[in-house]
Amino acid sequence: MTANATENGTPILQLRGINKSFGPVHVLKQVNFAAYPGQVTALVGDNGAGKSTLIKCIGGIHPIDSGEFLFEGKQVTVHGPRDASALGIEIVYQDLALCDNLDVVQNMFLGREQTTSIVLDEASMEERAAKTLKSLSVRTLRSTRQLVASLSGGQRQTVAIAKAVLWNSKVVILDEPTAALGVAQTEQVLALVRRLADQGLAVVLISHNLVDVFQVADRIAALYLGQLAAEVKAKDVRQPQVVELITTGRTEGVESELPTSVDEGVTA
Amino acid sequence: MSAPTVDVPDSPAELTRSPSLGEYFRSYVDRVRGGDIGSLPAIFGLVVLVIVFSLLRPVFFSAGNFANLLTQGAPITVIAMGLVFVLLLGEIDLSAGFTSGVCAAVLATLLTDWGWSWPLGVLVALAVGLLIGTTMGSLVARVGIPSFVVTLAAFLAFQGTVLLIIGEGGNVAIRDQTILAIENKNVPPVWGWILWAVSIGAFAALMLMQAQRRRAKGLAAEPMAVLAAKVGGLAVLTGIAVYVLNLERSRNALVISLKGIPWVVPIILVLLVVLSFVLGRTAYGRHVYATGGNAEAARRAGIKVANIRTSVFMVCSTMAAVGGIIAASRANSVDPNAGGSNTLLYAVGAAVIGGTSLFGGKGKVRDAIIGGAVIAVIDNGMGLLGYSAGIKFIVTGLVLLIAASVDALSRKRAHATGRA
Ligand SMILES: Nc1ncnc2c1ncn2[C@@H]1O[C@H](COP(=O)(O)OP(=O)(O)OP(=O)(O)O)[C@@H](O)[C@H]1O
Ligand SMILES: [Mg+2]
Repeated sequence: MTANATENGTPILQLRGINKSFGPVHVLKQVNFAAYPGQVTALVGDNGAGKSTLIKCIGGIHPIDSGEFLFEGKQVTVHGPRDASALGIEIVYQDLALCDNLDVVQNMFLGREQTTSIVLDEASMEERAAKTLKSLSVRTLRSTRQLVASLSGGQRQTVAIAKAVLWNSKVVILDEPTAALGVAQTEQVLALVRRLADQGLAVVLISHNLVDVFQVADRIAALYLGQLAAEVKAKDVRQPQVVELITTGRTEGVESELPTSVDEGVTA
Repeated sequence: MSAPTVDVPDSPAELTRSPSLGEYFRSYVDRVRGGDIGSLPAIFGLVVLVIVFSLLRPVFFSAGNFANLLTQGAPITVIAMGLVFVLLLGEIDLSAGFTSGVCAAVLATLLTDWGWSWPLGVLVALAVGLLIGTTMGSLVARVGIPSFVVTLAAFLAFQGTVLLIIGEGGNVAIRDQTILAIENKNVPPVWGWILWAVSIGAFAALMLMQAQRRRAKGLAAEPMAVLAAKVGGLAVLTGIAVYVLNLERSRNALVISLKGIPWVVPIILVLLVVLSFVLGRTAYGRHVYATGGNAEAARRAGIKVANIRTSVFMVCSTMAAVGGIIAASRANSVDPNAGGSNTLLYAVGAAVIGGTSLFGGKGKVRDAIIGGAVIAVIDNGMGLLGYSAGIKFIVTGLVLLIAASVDALSRKRAHATGRA
């Protein structure tokens, strides 16, 4: 990993030794994680491995118990969602976090509404939202003023993604963005993920679909029972190895970061 | 890597294209069928009630009774306007009635017993409301006690507070002419018309400016015909109201002339405009809706949900204070039962009948006005028909139940058609 760091430049986002417990359940154990500008980092792991928890810690939804959070090389503390977005981190959560009773534009600007003095500037927001949606090649939305409640799963997904790319962010994290999507929409999201990275953003993609992962990812980080099993370059591994990392935490030919006795960590 | 080829709309305008009149109407019908009915049932009910009562008791449809209806419905309507904020978060304030009572009692005591001037008295009464709201809101939002429990406790405690302030069997008269004028005096007819013209003009200008701005940006705007119909319809309806209220309604005009819009009407209009602006046009209002729709999503968007939750109780209790002042003006006095009996249920009923959802996230300030009108019409009409208070309570209870059912059913329907 140290060798990689020089090769990739400095990571924009770096977590060191992150621990997170929910009561007695130790969900994240000494997790190291990094995201690099211009690269897609795939975060993989079985159900319950702690992927969503990790990114919620990054987004300031859950406070971390211990560990270092570095952004652009500087140590930062993220106390809430506002801190994360102020740094330039945008997250599309697995459960999307949209308000059904608001329309597409209102959701995209939620918490960061544009105003002229104190009045909401609806027209400007709508214009920007429409531009962003257009840049994402959203074709199935009837109107930007549709209530989110009336959207299909895939459309909601697109709105959540559009919400994340609306802001000139530096890091975009997507938690299973293609889970609800059809073939064409999945292709579009993957293309978008690649496009964002090519524009110089650091992109983190959580996915269970390894075909997708190998299609777009530059790096792959595997979480196993709340611990980072390995962080490798996508071109250095093959799919079966990643499957093994996900299911057992180690594999032939990849140096695992796990302590020798993995089972120790399971007792929690 | 380029985007895969799928049929992309030609321009962003595709998403924001202005609808034609037909499309506009169709999309409205679609929304209604999908369960987004808003105030429609209440308006329909209001029309039916007015027709039925007018047929049964022609005096119901007189200028005098119209003015009566307005002053009669004013206190609960104002309390309901504040309750809309609380209901938008899916919370409830059961103490709003007695909060209005406490504030009215404070006002009466300050004015009559202590001889304070009315502006100071009103200010203190409003401050008491604000304090009550802040306390209850904090208990709900920060300590995490369900609002049902907090406000039920407050309901009982404030009932006691009114009793203590006024004294058992007591009654504090209001003698301040300004406070009395709210419900008992009228705007001079000429000023009524000026007020009407200015309001309609401002409304039309605002709507036009908004549409213009949207067109300039190439966004969908309401068709001109719809705009004209809205402004015209409003002008005619309110024009008729002003005309009727400006008719002489005194039985003996030589002794005392009684004409013009009751002062409470412009007061309510100002409150309606201000609160609607806050809910509909400011980031704060947007955050209220968001928190009511999905509190977790709001939190993740960086909205301070606890502050929003506290604030709606502050708005509600302050509005209850205003309602209490108006009620005191109407009764010319404050007694130990001020804000008690049916006040709260009528106020909640007004908000819900008007179309505000008990499940949170859906509702407008104007719902309270429409619902308040329905309640006032039932109360007034049944009184004219000679029904006892007992029957009135039962009927109003049933109407509230019907409104809540409409709310629940339209929500179910919205779920079924994917509009939540
Ligand atoms: N708020 C919470 N309170 C208690 N336990 C939690 C909470 N959130 C997550 N957990 C636990 O943390 C563990 C990791 O959950 P997490 O959602 O991060 O998994 P994941 O890797 O995202 O899984 P999936 O692929 O299914 O989305 C699980 O055992 C889960 O039960
Ligand atoms: Mg997850």
